[in-house]
Amino acid sequence: MKQIVDSVMDWVEVRMPVSKLYKEHMADYYAPKNFNFWYYFGSLALFVLVNQLLTGIWLTMYYTPSGGEAFNSIEYIMRDVEYGWLLRYLHSTGATAFFVVIYLHMFRGMMYGSYKSPRELVWLFGMGIYGVLMGEAFFGYLLPWGQMSYWGAQVILSLVGAVPIVGDDIALWVRGDYVISGVTLNRFFALHVVALPIVLLGLIAMHLFALHEVGSSNPDGVEIKEKKDSEGIPLDGIPFHPYYTVKDIMGVVVFLIVFCSVVFFFPSGGGLILEGPNFEPSNALKTPEHIAPVWYFTPYYSVLRAVPNKLGGVIAMGGAIAFLFVLPWLDRSPVKSIRYKGWMSKFALTAFVVSFLILGYLGTQAPTPGKTLAAQIFTIIYFLFFILMPFYTTMEKTKPVPERVTG
Amino acid sequence: MKKIIVLLFIFFPGFVLASGEGVKLEHVQVDAKDLESLKRGADLFYKYCSGCHSTKYVRYERIATDLNLAEAYVKENYMFNSDNIGEVALSSMPADLSKKWFGTTPPDMSLEARLRGNDWVYSYLIGFYEDESRPFGYNNHVFKDVGMPNVLAGLKQELGEEKFKAAATDITNYMAYMADPVKVERESLGIKVIIFLLVLLIPSYLLKKEYWKDIH
Amino acid sequence: MNNEGVNQDRRWFLIGSTAAVGAVGAAAAAVPFVKAWNPSAKAKAAGAPIKIDISKLSPGERVIAEWRSKPIWVVRRTEQSLADLPKLNDSLRDPKSEMDQQPVYAQNPNRSIKDEYVVLIGLCTHLGCSPTYRPELGAEDLGGDSWLGGFFCPCHGSKFDLAGRVFQGVPAPYNLEVPPHFYEDENTIVIGLEGEAA
Repeated sequence: MKQIVDSVMDWVEVRMPVSKLYKEHMADYYAPKNFNFWYYFGSLALFVLVNQLLTGIWLTMYYTPSGGEAFNSIEYIMRDVEYGWLLRYLHSTGATAFFVVIYLHMFRGMMYGSYKSPRELVWLFGMGIYGVLMGEAFFGYLLPWGQMSYWGAQVILSLVGAVPIVGDDIALWVRGDYVISGVTLNRFFALHVVALPIVLLGLIAMHLFALHEVGSSNPDGVEIKEKKDSEGIPLDGIPFHPYYTVKDIMGVVVFLIVFCSVVFFFPSGGGLILEGPNFEPSNALKTPEHIAPVWYFTPYYSVLRAVPNKLGGVIAMGGAIAFLFVLPWLDRSPVKSIRYKGWMSKFALTAFVVSFLILGYLGTQAPTPGKTLAAQIFTIIYFLFFILMPFYTTMEKTKPVPERVTG
Repeated sequence: MKKIIVLLFIFFPGFVLASGEGVKLEHVQVDAKDLESLKRGADLFYKYCSGCHSTKYVRYERIATDLNLAEAYVKENYMFNSDNIGEVALSSMPADLSKKWFGTTPPDMSLEARLRGNDWVYSYLIGFYEDESRPFGYNNHVFKDVGMPNVLAGLKQELGEEKFKAAATDITNYMAYMADPVKVERESLGIKVIIFLLVLLIPSYLLKKEYWKDIH
Repeated sequence: MNNEGVNQDRRWFLIGSTAAVGAVGAAAAAVPFVKAWNPSAKAKAAGAPIKIDISKLSPGERVIAEWRSKPIWVVRRTEQSLADLPKLNDSLRDPKSEMDQQPVYAQNPNRSIKDEYVVLIGLCTHLGCSPTYRPELGAEDLGGDSWLGGFFCPCHGSKFDLAGRVFQGVPAPYNLEVPPHFYEDENTIVIGLEGEAA
């Protein structure tokens, strides 16, 4: 028996280097030994992705992408299909979980300077993933075809109209109709379930490929490959498998406890995951009292509203995302991790996180003069974090980085 | 660094406190597990509401199963438009006629409680007051210039204020059930899932700890 | 890194127990995905039993009803037809209805609960065409004098008698299927449910 297995394995190995790949990316892939709490979110993002793909595939089996039937088919899933409610809640909560995990993952990168040389491409592919995810979320949010789906998409698409001269034509082209209609729904469906997932998987492959080429950074920002033993193994590295596989499995279980608590007990997430107005079928003649995007878009939505000019707002919103892409070239600090940066960087990052969260909160609220002013102030802080980064990262006094990782 | 983490958690609850201005709503406490209340609510709903309001996502058979009612009872008391117990509950009123009578088609009630919230539904049901300027002589505290006539006026007179509020609570409970019929099943399954995951956490935590002995 | 003093047994035990509990979880997680493929409540409602009123059916006539998107035939046979059925036994594939094409209460010479009325799913057992009703005796195109009335499938020429029994020498392998049914009262047949009397 063992002989047969071995000969089959050999047969495969000659044709496809399975064990070589396994060694390169698991058993002989050395990761820094000092990963902390913040390093769970990469593997969790992959886990959530699998959840979204599986539940998404199942939902397409029952969902009808047409103006007349989309809303009904959601209720069909929720009531008539066995466990349809569970599949849908896993998917809708999964979308929120995806952004929670990705935001924490990105914050980790910003905190420990994971985007700095030689990992700029890892960061860029990651930002590409974030961009596609936002597209996935936007297109997917139209599909339930409730009032919030409809009017949310209406508002966002009308932003395209702010582009000078061709804006309205582009918006018309994207909609394929004079208003959001079944035609728009169908193309959003196609993009959501086929086009963007393919792009997403491609980008994730590139993200991981680039990462495994240069190796992971760590909370100290020390390059573990610079200190190797006689066999060429990094002194501060440990094989990804089994050490980080067992650690990530535990992470997944803990994540699942939190995730399932939401899925089973708070599937609407207090209106953050499933919004009340979306339980009413879309109606082109009646706007809900208060339109707000889903929570993961609200920081940018606040930036948009903070600028008292339509085109300016759109540019600011785009800029708020675009600045993240160029982060590796704004950070001129000689050290990677926030642990060894000066007080200015620490203050700037704190201010950035605070303004991101406050902008996010303000984006869920109906605008009042006071709230708009607050949004304007925090929008400025948000941008100053990026604009001033080349200066404060060169001006401040950094602490000496240790030779080897700590802890 | 700790500061940032702390701030993160301070600000997250802020998100939850979104929206909520406008009319003050009466609070209602409903219990999805109280089958008696649900049955009373369903009795009232099909007596007073379902003539005009469809509940087009709710199947009669499901009501019978979830509320633990005999199919014969459901057929006798709730089903007026179909003899197939597997069917959904449509109103007996043609949409064009109702539009003529009330100025608008009475909305479907399947999801009303999730759309507006239980408190709103309850406040609406008890919120009718006399207003001569309206075509049917009534207006509503939470729904200004409502098109619906005060169909519960007779019930209120018959039961008196206290019992009427209890009846409105039952109707609200039933409407909350219709909007989220899987709630009881979902939560009981949820408890099992969480318990299972806690069990799974034990060996996976010990496994991680065992291997990480090598590192420290 | 320090690999000394590793208790390999403990590791195997923990790997095994994590994997075992995890496998149970994975199997449980698969349940919703599998069950979601069952007929939905909507499909079940659409596939619910139907009732056929036979009060106006005179001898020799047939009514067609639809159940689960299949044609259901009820034929009221004449005295003559019933008397003719045994004569055909030698030219049939399965004259005694031994194949599992009917509920037990229709496994009799007339393939019916009440002698007169036969209830059949009107789909040829060859490739699923719906045969035509040809009650006329001695139809020229169906073998002349030997044709005592029955069903003829135009797709591939399969022939059945008035009890839905298939003839020899035609492509169809089995007799026409009898659906589950019972008499709710004198004039009403319920299709899709087994009666308590059955």
